[in-house]
Amino acid sequence: MGRFVARRLLQMIPVFIGTTLLIFLMVYSLPGDPVKAMFGSKAADPATVVRLRHEYGLDKPLIQQYWDYISGLFQGDFGQSFTGRPVADLMADAFPVTIRLALFAFAIELVFGIGLGVLTGLRRGKFLDQAVLIFTLIVVSIPVFVLGNMAQFVVGVKWKLVTPTVQDPQDLTQLTLPAIVLALLSLAYVTRLTRTTVAENLRADYVRTAVAKGLPRRRVVGVHLMRNSLIPVVTFLGTDLGVLMGGAIVTEGIFNVPGVGNTLYQAVITSEGPTVVGVVTVLVLVYLVSSLVVDLLYAVLDPRIRYA
Amino acid sequence: MRGAKSAKWVVGAIVVAMAATACGGGSSNDDEGNAAVDPNGVFSYYNTEPQRGLIPTNTNEVGGHYMMANMFRGLVTFDINNKLQMAQAQSVDTTDNQHFTVKLKPGWKFHNGETVTANSFVKAWNWAANAKNAQLNSSWYEAIKGYEDVHPKEGDPKTDTMSGLKVVNDNEFTIELARPVSTFKERLYYDAFFPLPEAFYKDPKAFGEHPIGNGPYKMEGSWAHKVELKVRKFADYKGDDKPKNGGIDFKFYSKDDAAYADLLSDKIDIMYQVPNSQVSKFQSDLGKRAISQPYGGNTNIAFPLYDKEWGKPEKVKVRQGLSMAIDRETIAKTALSGSKDAATGFTPKGIPGWQDGACGEFCKFDPAKAKDLIKQGGGVPGNKVTITYNADGANKEWVDAVCNDIRQNAGVECVTDAKSTFQEARDLITDKKLSNPFRMAWVMDFPNIANFVTEQFRTGAGANDMGFSDKSVDALMDKADEAKTEDAANKGYFEAEKKIMQDQMPAIPLFTDHTVAGYSKRVQNVKIDYQRQAVWTEVEVKK
Repeated sequence: MGRFVARRLLQMIPVFIGTTLLIFLMVYSLPGDPVKAMFGSKAADPATVVRLRHEYGLDKPLIQQYWDYISGLFQGDFGQSFTGRPVADLMADAFPVTIRLALFAFAIELVFGIGLGVLTGLRRGKFLDQAVLIFTLIVVSIPVFVLGNMAQFVVGVKWKLVTPTVQDPQDLTQLTLPAIVLALLSLAYVTRLTRTTVAENLRADYVRTAVAKGLPRRRVVGVHLMRNSLIPVVTFLGTDLGVLMGGAIVTEGIFNVPGVGNTLYQAVITSEGPTVVGVVTVLVLVYLVSSLVVDLLYAVLDPRIRYA
Repeated sequence: MRGAKSAKWVVGAIVVAMAATACGGGSSNDDEGNAAVDPNGVFSYYNTEPQRGLIPTNTNEVGGHYMMANMFRGLVTFDINNKLQMAQAQSVDTTDNQHFTVKLKPGWKFHNGETVTANSFVKAWNWAANAKNAQLNSSWYEAIKGYEDVHPKEGDPKTDTMSGLKVVNDNEFTIELARPVSTFKERLYYDAFFPLPEAFYKDPKAFGEHPIGNGPYKMEGSWAHKVELKVRKFADYKGDDKPKNGGIDFKFYSKDDAAYADLLSDKIDIMYQVPNSQVSKFQSDLGKRAISQPYGGNTNIAFPLYDKEWGKPEKVKVRQGLSMAIDRETIAKTALSGSKDAATGFTPKGIPGWQDGACGEFCKFDPAKAKDLIKQGGGVPGNKVTITYNADGANKEWVDAVCNDIRQNAGVECVTDAKSTFQEARDLITDKKLSNPFRMAWVMDFPNIANFVTEQFRTGAGANDMGFSDKSVDALMDKADEAKTEDAANKGYFEAEKKIMQDQMPAIPLFTDHTVAGYSKRVQNVKIDYQRQAVWTEVEVKK
């Protein structure tokens, strides 16, 4: 187990270097000169452009820029954004907001997704199963920006139950609507996934054995059935957490949440290399760690899976 | 964005549904103008997160400018009718448009208690003009004598001060320009000419996070990045325009659709620009609280005169012909839902110096004459017009409509070429890489005809993207620059504007823009000026 974790951690290093380099190259190759763009539709003053290029290190060869960036990174310096603020500050503003939103959404999809999935799996073909099936179909088929705008208009503008946008990202109650919108799509997937595996495993030999042994129904479902059925669901949830952390650009835009997605979007628009690379680097790490955790969870759920 | 457009449909569908079930939002309590007012009431203002620290000499985008405009007062300002008014200055006198004497109103204070003196201005301008400090607004000082010494084209500055600026005493200083500029007084309105307190020089970066100005509002608390910035009434403000409200909360949005939803539920009080997707219905949403009025900006199609084909002298007729093939009035009313007006020249109506008929018959819709002119000019190069524009602004509607008109009325094939970002389109244009027409817009720096004519059409001017050069036009502008009276200057610039279009038509004037704004039920007395900003100090918050 220890060796497995160590190996996975070591594997992260080339992945990390590869992704940062790729992102760095991609941002660099975006069309448009970011320094000239600062002047808007006015002519860029050449003397000022030269100074600004130098200030942001854009006058150096690309590979040296990357080297400077990586060596700064190892000293905990994420560089400076074009706004004049350190990228670390930008991330310190955005990540807590997104983490809060992501965990909120994650909790919703975990509780309702698995809950509904198990219920419908156990009552296959009954009314509840049909109703949930239709609900998930609708959610999956409507694009998230339609869902988001609709929820905002109906709940926020018409019914006035919540403010249409998030006024204070520190306030968890204001994040409710965006979190629900964000969670709905994954919730539908989790429900369908759980329902299928539960329904399938319900007919498996070991469940019949457990029932035949006279175990209480709670134990049959809660321990024997659930443990096996959750493996695919956990895989999905693990990657989904990474996706949620990446910030939902669309949802954050609709509800004006100053999170990671928003920061990233603005940075790409203004070709801000350091910000894009910084944010993406952290996201890559989150992704790698969450997939490691998923792999470890397999062993917990299924004793037959062993890591050496 | 892709989302925004679809959102329009969704919201539209919901509105229809709501109306059908008779629970649509009625406009019952839109009473205006006579509710009890809370003199200390705070209102919120739609804004975008400033792109840089809040230093006036480094702020050249609206997000930062709106905050600057409230926390600072320059020497002069414009009233809602575009008339120049003295603000911090007692007087700005000149006899030759080259030597200016500035007298300050004494006793004005910065928000930290420091007195505003002549040195607060002179030192700030010298600092910002210095190439070492790489300020985005440094070219605004170009006209001042000695600018090249502090801001050489290459290398380090020779000195720290411009020889044209001299402090006489605490309340008086003089400005000498390298050459006469008739609109210099108007230019002093811009953010670049605001004064700075001593505290600024100790740590410009920290100042950018928490600016200290001399304006009617001072900053409160710290700047919650991407969320909001608050300003409150400054008790020691000495200007005539003392605030009738307690302060402003600037709220930052990344998408205007989100802000519009807030406006509909009175969560944001003033939105100076309604999203493009809502322009066709915002008047029914807001009733009397909807504002649509002319604004100091224009939209044109410019031609690459540096290109071998378009640069040929006979192509003047082709450009004029294309112009006459466009039915501006109809496009403005239908495709753009009245959010723009048909242009009669480059200068929008209502701007000092504007006169009707700069473009004359060449902006009148006449398909027969259009075809005739294009034929006379030997046809469009390549027999096809391609219009390049940036798709991240609200441009698609009018570009499509204009292209359609050219196709139908001039019988010339027309296609549009959308670049995904402003930056991308801008690079192609400024590097003179385009060989086809492109979108060219101008938003005024100060309300005067000169700003619409000289910045884009003088030989070698900063925003002359067309590579346009005409000695007789330059001569007319030079003459206007040196005119003794404002009236004579304005007439001179109009002559130049007229000549540009009658003789050359380097760009086709299409539309002049509108401010399409709205406000909530919480506020009244909301007036918007030609720069698309509310007269903040006049806004009244209802009790």
